[in-house]
Amino acid sequence: MRDVVVIGAGMTKFGELWDKSIKDIFVEASLKAIEDSGVDHLDSIYVGAMSSGLFVGQEHLGAILADYLGMNPVPATRVESACASGGAAFRQAYLEVASGASEIVLAGGVEKMNDGADVTEVLATAADQEYEVYQGITFPGLYAMIAKAHMHQYGTTREQLAAVAVKNHRNGSKNKNAQFGFEVTAEQVMKSTMVSDPLRLLDCSPVTDGGAAVIVASMDVAKKLNKNLVRVIASAQASDTIALHSRESLTTLNSVVKSAEKAYRMAGIKPMDLNLCEVHDCFTIAEIVVSEDLGFFEKGKGGEAVLNGLTSIESGKIPINTSGGLKSKGHPVGATGIAQIIELYEQLNGKAGSRQVKNARIGMAQNMGGSGASSVIHILEVK
Amino acid sequence: MITARYHREIPQRYRLEAGKCKKCGFIAFPLRLVCPKCKTKDFETLRLSDEGKILTFTIVRVASDKFSKQTPFAVGIVELKDGVKLTTQIADVDVDKLEIGQKVKIVFRKIQEDGKAGILCYGYKAVLV
Ligand SMILES: [Zn+2]
Repeated sequence: MRDVVVIGAGMTKFGELWDKSIKDIFVEASLKAIEDSGVDHLDSIYVGAMSSGLFVGQEHLGAILADYLGMNPVPATRVESACASGGAAFRQAYLEVASGASEIVLAGGVEKMNDGADVTEVLATAADQEYEVYQGITFPGLYAMIAKAHMHQYGTTREQLAAVAVKNHRNGSKNKNAQFGFEVTAEQVMKSTMVSDPLRLLDCSPVTDGGAAVIVASMDVAKKLNKNLVRVIASAQASDTIALHSRESLTTLNSVVKSAEKAYRMAGIKPMDLNLCEVHDCFTIAEIVVSEDLGFFEKGKGGEAVLNGLTSIESGKIPINTSGGLKSKGHPVGATGIAQIIELYEQLNGKAGSRQVKNARIGMAQNMGGSGASSVIHILEVK
Repeated sequence: MITARYHREIPQRYRLEAGKCKKCGFIAFPLRLVCPKCKTKDFETLRLSDEGKILTFTIVRVASDKFSKQTPFAVGIVELKDGVKLTTQIADVDVDKLEIGQKVKIVFRKIQEDGKAGILCYGYKAVLV
């Protein structure tokens, strides 16, 4: 396998983009990434999208986006793994360049969620339709059941859940692309509308339109273009039972544990060698559980860690979701995995502005699908 | 809900029928073609116990359009006596008084209505004992 380098990135603002179509959003992000990289052609395109069929009635996204990007006849394929679609698209691009089959590949992600669909119903298609959703459970409901079990088993508190939202909004307030780039207080979180006990509105990531794209290339191309060498040093993916009730533990996400084990082994590093990490905080409890399953904190101590500031940008321990995370930046489901890579790319290039982590050299992106049935992890390092 | 799909799932939903792996004893609910533990493809039919306890739960207050008339309603993960876990609504309860560990019994109930001309969908719910 060859070295693979990220050489360019572009994203749209995340939010309710009423005047833009899914094509507009994808093309805008992709053009920015192409321009940022300085490449004059693409060998192929992967686009992560969770549910364009149900959200806007459009499938066959690979071809339609290549067309509107003016890139015909470049091969273009859509990749789907629920909310991990973006991460999975990046992994396909990585594998294609690493294998030697291509030199320059665009990995993008897009979702248009605000066009009139029943978003709760569409998102629930990432769970077991016949034996979970049939009973009326929603996505916040599935994570709420994880939260309830975690609170029962480890004594995780309401305040600890709120601390995730407070931190991520603080980080997101420094991100011009964030959908909810404002700060919130713990009290506001704990008094917001109940969605599915114990999760409230401000525990949940928003409904978002947005697109993100990166250009991945071989080391030769990166050197010719005189780019900072932001190398992909690990790419790993794992799956678990789609139904939450089929798992041995309701408080550990085995796909995260397994994909992390593979990623650390491939990169030859330990959790504490990371300078920052973007995790899939679709709900506040998800960040707590994932931070434990990635090995940053002992099982059951993730809530305490965030409340004590160990995951803040300034902490020096392990800054988590410096971009604002899904919670504040927004969560256009198929684009999220790519947006996480973009945050690493900016941080490792020292271009994250007021949310810059000092001396950031190694970063991880963890992207999840469903209630943890898919987990995709990438680790990037700058030389 | 599509009628064909609904009919296909009647053995599981109405009678709690599961598949028990003839080699390792793993109980698959719903039925599977391959045992995820030992990869055997040989199952016998087993009717699940209708007694269990609540492992975790939530009160859904914001639902999809199909269930929005029912809110708030409780959904939990229940572990049955034979070790099988399932996601089910917990019916006939004061939703604010539910607790993890409470004992439940599985009962037969209407789950959802499929619009004016659609089918009424039945299945299992749990009630406290
Ligand atoms: Zn078996």
